[in-house]
Amino acid sequence: MHEMGIAQELVRIALEALPRDLKDPKVASLNLRIGKLSSVVPHSLTFCFEIITKDTPLEHARLDIERVPVVIRCDTCGRQWEADTPVFRCPDCENGQVQMISGREIDIDSLTLME
Amino acid sequence: MEIKIRKNILEKNLTEADKNRSFFREKKVFVLNMMSSPGSGKTQTLCRTLAQLMPDIQVGVIVGDICTTNDADRLAKTGAKVTQINTDQFGGDCHLTAPMIDTAARQLGCDDLDLLIVENIGNLVCPAEFDIGENARVVVLSVTEGEDKPVKYPLMFQVSEAAILNKVDLLPYLEFDAALAVENMKTVHPGMPVFELSAKTGQGFEPWLEWLRRQL
Ligand SMILES: [Zn+2]
Repeated sequence: MHEMGIAQELVRIALEALPRDLKDPKVASLNLRIGKLSSVVPHSLTFCFEIITKDTPLEHARLDIERVPVVIRCDTCGRQWEADTPVFRCPDCENGQVQMISGREIDIDSLTLME
Repeated sequence: MEIKIRKNILEKNLTEADKNRSFFREKKVFVLNMMSSPGSGKTQTLCRTLAQLMPDIQVGVIVGDICTTNDADRLAKTGAKVTQINTDQFGGDCHLTAPMIDTAARQLGCDDLDLLIVENIGNLVCPAEFDIGENARVVVLSVTEGEDKPVKYPLMFQVSEAAILNKVDLLPYLEFDAALAVENMKTVHPGMPVFELSAKTGQGFEPWLEWLRRQL
């Protein structure tokens, strides 16, 4: 699985975002947005993250993961809907080409420092 | 204190993928990312495709997934330029990334190529997530797998521009419902062309080749 690689990138981005003038910064949480259609398994990501953040400012940081719903828009009729199952065909016009509006996110939104 | 970041965690790969795309555009080579589960007959599909396209269309192949050196020999025998990625040296094993493709493409040399085919790692999950700077993606499924694979791995079938249903020569001996498999693919990706073919016998191969030629 690729969660280890994603965890490593996450750590790199988070460490880069830390203010340089802080002495011994400690991160309380990382706020992530993971789309429901993305192939990231949150508990695998959390597991990998915990392993690689030992003895870093990110040790014990919580991963707050917001799951972003899959939202689809039909190119043909413009209907927009949330898909709970992998049925991405337009319910109105059946064969229309569709666009993924959301659901593929693998984003870090922000991090929170301990007071 | 909250610090805003707002970044795609895979941004580094995306940046590298965009660089690859510019490089390929400059070299006027069309790049196809071929993905599948293990055992779908991707190498055999590739072999027959190369044999049919060469030498009118100059094809290069980057192989990220190879079972035996026998496979590489079979591919090279078609006259196509072939290079192999050893994923172990990158510490990853489930998908190819844009930097790996950059290295391999430069090693291969793209100057006289019309088409570069990347045979990705046999895996229906991870490769779908990693842009390598390709122009199109195709997923290969075979009739020896389940009809429900497309709905189990929807991202893979959603991001692919075309799909191949391989090994249709085996249909008379299996209880596989080909129509249902195709229907499942189209549920996940309406309008996607699906080519039902046999890389072994060549049955149904022409529409696939036609589609491929049209992309160039
Ligand atoms: Zn519609």
